Amino acid sequence: MTAIRIPPVLRETVGGSRVLNASGSTVQEVLDDLFASHPALRDRVTEGGELSSFVNVYVNDRDVRYRDGLATPVGEDDTVILLPAMAGGLR
Amino acid sequence: MTSTPTAVRLVGAADAIGLANAGYRILDVREPVEWKEGHIPGATLLPLADLADRISEVVPELDTPLLLHCAVGARSARAAAYLAGIGYTDIVNLHGSLADWRAAGGAWEAPEQLLTPAQQRRYSRQTLIPEIGQAGQRKLLDSRVLLIGAGGLGSPAALYLAASGVGTIGLVDDDVVDESNLQRQVLHTADRIGQPKTSSARITLAALNPETKVVEHRERLSAENVERLIADYDVIVDGTDNFDTRYVLNDAAVRLRKPVVHGSIYRWDGQVTTFVPFEGPCYRCMYPIQPPDELAPACAVAGVLGVLPGIAGMLQANEVFKLVLGVGETLAGRLLMFDAMSTEFNEVRIWRDPACPACGEGSPWAPQR
Repeated sequence: MTAIRIPPVLRETVGGSRVLNASGSTVQEVLDDLFASHPALRDRVTEGGELSSFVNVYVNDRDVRYRDGLATPVGEDDTVILLPAMAGGLR
Repeated sequence: MTSTPTAVRLVGAADAIGLANAGYRILDVREPVEWKEGHIPGATLLPLADLADRISEVVPELDTPLLLHCAVGARSARAAAYLAGIGYTDIVNLHGSLADWRAAGGAWEAPEQLLTPAQQRRYSRQTLIPEIGQAGQRKLLDSRVLLIGAGGLGSPAALYLAASGVGTIGLVDDDVVDESNLQRQVLHTADRIGQPKTSSARITLAALNPETKVVEHRERLSAENVERLIADYDVIVDGTDNFDTRYVLNDAAVRLRKPVVHGSIYRWDGQVTTFVPFEGPCYRCMYPIQPPDELAPACAVAGVLGVLPGIAGMLQANEVFKLVLGVGETLAGRLLMFDAMSTEFNEVRIWRDPACPACGEGSPWAPQR
């Protein structure tokens, strides 16, 4: 199983979890497994089957856009990080 | 011809300069601490208290022409009398002060005074750090830092930047202090509710460090005013609360090559990074297209723990110090994420995107080769 860090703005979508586990050998497979158990996440992370341009996905500390995108391999010990743009909210 | 035992002449500054140029040996009988603050080049330091012990070693020949001086002529008069008494034959005492000497065009050598004595005292705990020193402190005193927002992130950043002697702090904020701000915006106080945040901040910062100049920009950052606002500053601290401002700021900072220290917070989580245009990635390298506003819930909606902006703002201030001092490694190319609930820090790498619309290869603002 691969650990997926859920960013604060998406935690309400998954019942408040900070980290979830999912199976798969690529980013695509891991996300599909994640979406199977948490369907509401799909629309927040992808659009039209592609990664949303407002959410960056990292395998460990590497942005998958600079690797193989959804085909980037994921190992059991890797951590997948979902990172949406965060505006702050500081006033 | 034999010289008289009272071989002491009193001369004014202009004549003394002539004698010095003619080869008179200059003896400075002041204390070392006075010497350090400035002295006549080529003079020999021989404090009055050491004169009797050391004169025969310093000036072995009794007929050496000597020009004596101290600060105003009193100590050197005593020294001259003593030297005449033990047999020196050609002694001139500078009658008047060293200020007269300098005013008359006399040569003068003074160490470059980077800090005033008051500044040396005030900042001594940080000038002791080898990477700062007096030269680094001078850089801080000469630096100009613009904070976008005098709120949650801007408060801790401004307090520490001012305390450490950043010379000019600009504050961009068009808001007034609200009671609900006080849980985290530590620049402001209960008795200033309703006042503009910039003027409330100025009161706090002036009390902390009167030397820091606080410039109030009581307006909201926009595409129309952004270049005017950031143009005169060295570093921008981004504590904005919405995507519009963040993208407007990013693009202008890339155009004008201003480093931006970015911070954002949400409930228990914060992120900090530093964007250095054309050296590291910019905000658009991370998120090329501006997200819709519903992805940016404000504190008023989402809530925020008070220490969160405190931690993030302090990390931002830390980045500012490194940028101004030119030391260490900034967060350029790294996004630092922290989770206050679990007290965890993580980071991911951010890359410069060659296709970035702001700083990529096709950027109209790229440095000319």
